[in-house]
Amino acid sequence: MASLVAILDVKGKSLIQRSYRDDVPPSYIERFLPLVLDMEEENIQVTPCFSDEGINYMHIRHNNLYLIALSKRNSNAAEIIFFLHRLCSVLTEYFKELEEESIRDNFVIIYELLDEMMDFGFPQTTESKILQEYITQESHKLEVQVRPPMAVTNAVSWRSEGIRYRKNEVFLDVVESVNLLVNASGNVIRSEILGAVKMKCYLSGMPELRLGLNDKVMFESTGRAARGKSIEMEDVKFHQCVRLSRFENDRTISFIPPDGEFELMSYRLSQSVKPLVFVEASVESHRGSRVEYMVKVRGQFKRRSTANNVEIYVPVPDDADSPKFRASVGSVVYAPEKSAFVWKIKQLGGGRDYMMRAHFGLPSVRNEDLDKRAPISVKFEIPYFTVSGIQVRYLKIVEKSGYQALPWVRYITQNGDDYVLRTITDAKSSSIIAPL
Amino acid sequence: MAMAPPRKGENYELRQQLNSEYRDKRADAIKRVIANHTIGKDCSGLFPDVVKNMQTDDLEQKKLVYLYLMNYAKTQPELVILAVNTFVKDTADPNPLVRALAIRTMSILRAEKILDYLASPLSRCLKDENPYVRKTAALCVAKVFDLKPELCVEYGFVETLRDLIGDGNPMVVANAVAALADIYEASQNLPPTPPGSPGRSTSPPPSSKPNSELFIIDPPTLTKLLVALNECSEWGRIAILNTLSRYKAVDEKESEHICERVMPQFQHVNAAVVLGAVKVIMIHVKGVTREDLVKSLTRKMAPPLVTLISSPPEVQWVALRNINLLLQKRPDILANEMRVFFCKYNDPPYVKVEKLDIMVRLASEKNVDTLLGELKEYASEVDVEFVRKAVRAVGQVAIKIDEAAERCVSVLMELIETRVSYVVQEAVIVIKDIFRKYPHSYEGIIPVLCSNLEELDEPEAKASLIWIIGEYAEKIENADELLGTFLETFREESYPVQLQTLTAIVKLFLKKPDESQAIVQRVLQAATKDCDSADVRDRAYIYWRLLSSDPAAAKSVVLAIRPPISLPQTTVPPATLEELLSEVSSLASVYHKPAATFIGKGRLGAEEMQRRAMEPEEDNAREKALQTVVAGQQAENLLDFDSDDIEPTSANSTQNQSLSMFGNSSSNTGISSTTISNVAKSNNPLDELMDLFSTASMTTPQNAPQPIAPQSAFSGIQGLENSTSSSSATNNNNASYDAFAGLSGLSSPPPTIGNGSGSTSPNPPQQQQKPLQQTGGAQDDLLGLF
Repeated sequence: MASLVAILDVKGKSLIQRSYRDDVPPSYIERFLPLVLDMEEENIQVTPCFSDEGINYMHIRHNNLYLIALSKRNSNAAEIIFFLHRLCSVLTEYFKELEEESIRDNFVIIYELLDEMMDFGFPQTTESKILQEYITQESHKLEVQVRPPMAVTNAVSWRSEGIRYRKNEVFLDVVESVNLLVNASGNVIRSEILGAVKMKCYLSGMPELRLGLNDKVMFESTGRAARGKSIEMEDVKFHQCVRLSRFENDRTISFIPPDGEFELMSYRLSQSVKPLVFVEASVESHRGSRVEYMVKVRGQFKRRSTANNVEIYVPVPDDADSPKFRASVGSVVYAPEKSAFVWKIKQLGGGRDYMMRAHFGLPSVRNEDLDKRAPISVKFEIPYFTVSGIQVRYLKIVEKSGYQALPWVRYITQNGDDYVLRTITDAKSSSIIAPL
Repeated sequence: MAMAPPRKGENYELRQQLNSEYRDKRADAIKRVIANHTIGKDCSGLFPDVVKNMQTDDLEQKKLVYLYLMNYAKTQPELVILAVNTFVKDTADPNPLVRALAIRTMSILRAEKILDYLASPLSRCLKDENPYVRKTAALCVAKVFDLKPELCVEYGFVETLRDLIGDGNPMVVANAVAALADIYEASQNLPPTPPGSPGRSTSPPPSSKPNSELFIIDPPTLTKLLVALNECSEWGRIAILNTLSRYKAVDEKESEHICERVMPQFQHVNAAVVLGAVKVIMIHVKGVTREDLVKSLTRKMAPPLVTLISSPPEVQWVALRNINLLLQKRPDILANEMRVFFCKYNDPPYVKVEKLDIMVRLASEKNVDTLLGELKEYASEVDVEFVRKAVRAVGQVAIKIDEAAERCVSVLMELIETRVSYVVQEAVIVIKDIFRKYPHSYEGIIPVLCSNLEELDEPEAKASLIWIIGEYAEKIENADELLGTFLETFREESYPVQLQTLTAIVKLFLKKPDESQAIVQRVLQAATKDCDSADVRDRAYIYWRLLSSDPAAAKSVVLAIRPPISLPQTTVPPATLEELLSEVSSLASVYHKPAATFIGKGRLGAEEMQRRAMEPEEDNAREKALQTVVAGQQAENLLDFDSDDIEPTSANSTQNQSLSMFGNSSSNTGISSTTISNVAKSNNPLDELMDLFSTASMTTPQNAPQPIAPQSAFSGIQGLENSTSSSSATNNNNASYDAFAGLSGLSSPPPTIGNGSGSTSPNPPQQQQKPLQQTGGAQDDLLGLF
C-alpha cells in the first residue's frame, strides 16, 4: 500500500506525482533526496526502503530518475517496489524512453495511467497491453467513447475478445542465458542457466494452448520413458496466463495467451556449465609507463556451432591512454568510458581459438588509487543450440472455430548479465609478451 | 471582502480561456492548468472556472477536471458543492468507465459536503452490473471509512463489502478483501466503542466501529478466497494472500489444505506474490505435522527464493532481507545454495552487504573453502566499506566454524600482508574476536600483528591490538615497550584506546609485576590526572585502589576468564522473529524491526504501549511473552557464563538460568519468581525484558551488600555486553570485552541499565515509568544487543 507515488529527477525535484491517500502530505517528497544525501554523507548505506519520522520511503532508480512511493503504514514492500518497476516498464512501453523529457511531454497520459494503475494505494492493472486499449495518446472523439475492456476485470485479464488474424501463427523463442563466474585459476565457481520461452502470438479468438517440453519431472510422474534427453528445471516462473494449479498437478503448461509478444515462462537450472566462450588475459604492467595485454579466446562448444557477435570486455586502468591493438581476428576498440577495451569477433567457431595483443600508455604520475580488479566479461550468441538441452516437444493450439495454426520454434544460447571471468593474470616474466 | 482578481497575468488569461465558447480552447486551457499544477504552481483560484468544464463528453477532459478537483477540493470546500450534481449524474452514466471514474474521484474528495451525497451512488455502484465499477466501488468503501467511519456503519457498506467476497469476479473479490483489510487496520486506531454497544451496524451513532465479526474469515469465505486466488490478477493475489495469512486454521487438515493450494503461487513471476505465498506457508506450516508435507514445502520454497536473486536490484534487496529472516528460523532451506549469493561485480552496495551476511549464515564445513576464496577476492575490491565487511565476514566464519578457524586465520594473515591500511586494520579487529573465541590458539601470529603497529590509525583497530597485547603480555617480550608507545600519546588518543591502554598495562603489571611497576604508575597518573573522560578516570581510580589494597583480588577480577563468544544464529529475539516472519514481504520484515517501532512517530509511544496492553490480544500473547523471555535467555548463551564468579549452580533448567543471572541463586529466589510473575502478567515482550533488567539491578545491592556482589550482579550485564561485541563482532564498545567483569558494567553500560544500577536506593515508581517512556529507545537498544 502506498500513499503517494512520484517520479523525481536527479536533483530530487518532483516531475509528476499522484497522491492516493491523505495521510502523507506531498511536502515529504522534497525530503527524499536530502535524506539520501545525508545518509551518503554519513556513510550509511542507502537502501531501497528506509524510514524517517514515521514516513517510509520506497524507491527504485531508472536512468536518472527516482521513482518513489511513500507510506505511513507497514506496507508490503515487495509489492510496492515491484509495482514501481512495473510502472517503469509500462511508461517505457508507452513512450519508448522513460526520461525527464518524455514525462514532461506526456503528463496528461501519465496522470491517467497513475489513476488507473493504482487506486487508494493498491495496485490495480499493470498490463500495458490492456491499458493501451483504453488509455491512448489520441484524445477520444466525442462519438465513440471508450469503455473498460472486459479484460480489466475478466478472469482472463490479459486478452481481449474478438482478435482476428488472417494467418494464425505462433513464434516460440527459447533463449538460454548463461551466467557464470570463473576464478583466477580457470575453474568455474558458480554457474547457472536462466532460460526463457518467449512467444509472439498472432492467433484469432480465444485459443487454448498447451506446451510440451522435455521436462524430466513430467516424464517421471507420467511414468513415460523419456526418449532422448530430459531436463530438470529447478524453478519455473510463468506468465500470469498459465494455470498454475494445473502445472502443480500434472506439469501441464496450459494457457490462453495474450496477444502479440510476451514472455511465457522462465526457468532456472543450476547444473554446472563449462564456459562456452573461454577468455584469459595476461597483463604486464609497468607502472608509470605502459601496460600490455595478451588475450586468448576459445570457443568451447561443438564444432558445428558458431558463436555470433562475440564481444570481450577486458578492463584496463582508468588512466590508460594511446591504445595500440593487434588481433588475429575481429576488431578491437578502446572504450574509455567503461575503462576497458572491447574485442569484437563476428563469428567464433566451436573449438577455435584466437589471440590478440593490446598496448596502452600510462601517465608517469602514479595513480594512488588501487587498481580496480574488475573481471573480464563476455557477450555472445550461439543460435540453434541450448546448453540445457531443453526441447519443445509440441505446442497444441485449439480454438473453437477450429483453425489450423503454425508454431515456429527457435533456440538460442547467449551470455547472461553476469558472464564473467577473473582470469586476468599478471605476467611475471616479460618473455610471455613480446614487445608490440 | 475578497479582492477582485487581477485583470492580467497567466491566471487571468486561463480564466478567459476556460470560459471560452470554443471547446478546443477550453480543453487546452484545462491542460495548461494541470501543467501548472504539475510544476507546483497554485491553481486554486481557478476553481469555479474549471468546475464549469466538468460536464463534457470528452473523457480525457473529464479526467483532468476530476484530477483538478482531487487536488483542490480541500482548498475550496464550500465550492465543491458545485460539482456534486455532475458527480452524481456521472455515477449513473451508461459508460462503466465514467461511472467508475466518478465514484472513485468522489469518494476521495476531502469535503464533508460531498460525503452526504455519496451514500446512495456508492450503494448503487457496489451492486453495479459491471465488475469494473464494482471493483472500483469496493475500494471506495475503504476511502469513505477513512474519511467518515460512521457513514460506512450507518449504510452498512462494510457488510456489502463482506458480501462482495462472494462475487463471481475475482478482481472484485480481491479489492473487497483489500478494502476490508484496510478498514480493519483503520478501525484498530479508532477509539474503542463504549461497552454495551459492540459496534453493531444497526445501532445508532456515535458508534463508528464496524462489527469486528465482519473481519473474521470463516471456512466458507476461505474456500471462496482460495478459488479467487488462482484466477485473479497478480495484485489481487497479493491482497488475498495477505488475508490468508490472517486466517486461523481450525484444524490440521485445513492448514494442509491452505498450504497445498497456496504452493503453486511459488511459480508466479511477481516477486511479491512469491513472498506472499512464502508468508502464508510459513504461518500455516506451523499447523502441519505431516512430516512429508513439511519437507516438500520447505524443499519447494528454495528454488523460487533463489530465482528472486535474479530480479532487479531493489526487488533483490527486499528478497534478500526476507531470506535473511527465513534463514534465522529455518537455516536448512537454502543450505546447498550458497553460491547463488556470491556478489556480482556490479551489484549495488546494499545488495552486496546483504549477500555477505547471508553467505556467512550459510557457511558450513562443506562450503567454507569456496567461501573463503570468494571473500578473499572481495577483499581486493575498491569499495572500502564492502572490503571491510568482507574481512569481517572472514572473522565471523572463523567464529562460526571451529574447524575452519585455522584457514580463516591464514586468510587474514594473507590479507594483512597486502599492507592496504583499511584491510590490515579490519583484520586486526577481527583477529581480536578470534582470540576471544579461541584463546591461546594462534599466538604465533602475534609478532606479525605487532609489527603492523604503526599502520594502525583507527581507534577500534588500535584498541583491538592493545587488547591483544594486554591479553598475551606474558608472552610478548617487549609488551612494555609496545604499550609504552601508546602511553606516550595517551592524551591524544580516543577514549576507547585510552581505556584499553589502561587495562592492558594493568594486565601487564599483574602478569609481570617486576618490570612494569613504573609504567603502571605512569598510566594511572595519566588516566586520573590528564584525562577528561569520566569513564577512563573512574576505571583508573578503581584499578588503583584495587591494586593498592588487594593485588590478589585485582588479579582475580582483571585476569578472570571470560566466556567465549559465539556467532548468534538470530539477529532478533525469537518472539520478534516470529512476528516478523508472519509479516514476510512487509516493511517490518525488510527493516527487521516490528512495525510498531517505525510507524506513528517512529517510536513506540507510552499510549501505544498502554493500548496494546489493554487490547484483548490474541489468546497466545501471554504464552508468547513468556517464551520471549525464556527463549531470549536461551539464545543468549553468554548469560550462562560458567561458574567463574558465581557459586556453582545446576544451571540446567531455564529457570535456573534466570536465577543465576542475578548472582546469588539462593538468596534471590524471591526476586526471580516475582520476575517470572511479572512476565506472566505483562503482554508485551519488551516489558518483561525491561522488568528483568530493572529488577536485577535494583535488588542485588540490597541482597548482597558485600563488595564482591556487584561483580556477580553485573556479570549479567557484562555477559550482555560481551554478546554485543560478539554478535556484531565490531561493536565500538571496546570497554565491554574487557576482563574487568563487574566494573566495566559500571563504567559504560547502556543508558537504561546504568540508570538502574547507579542508584543505590532505587525508587520503584520511577523505575516503572522509565521503561514505559523509553520503550522505543530501549527496544532499539535491546535489538542492538541481541
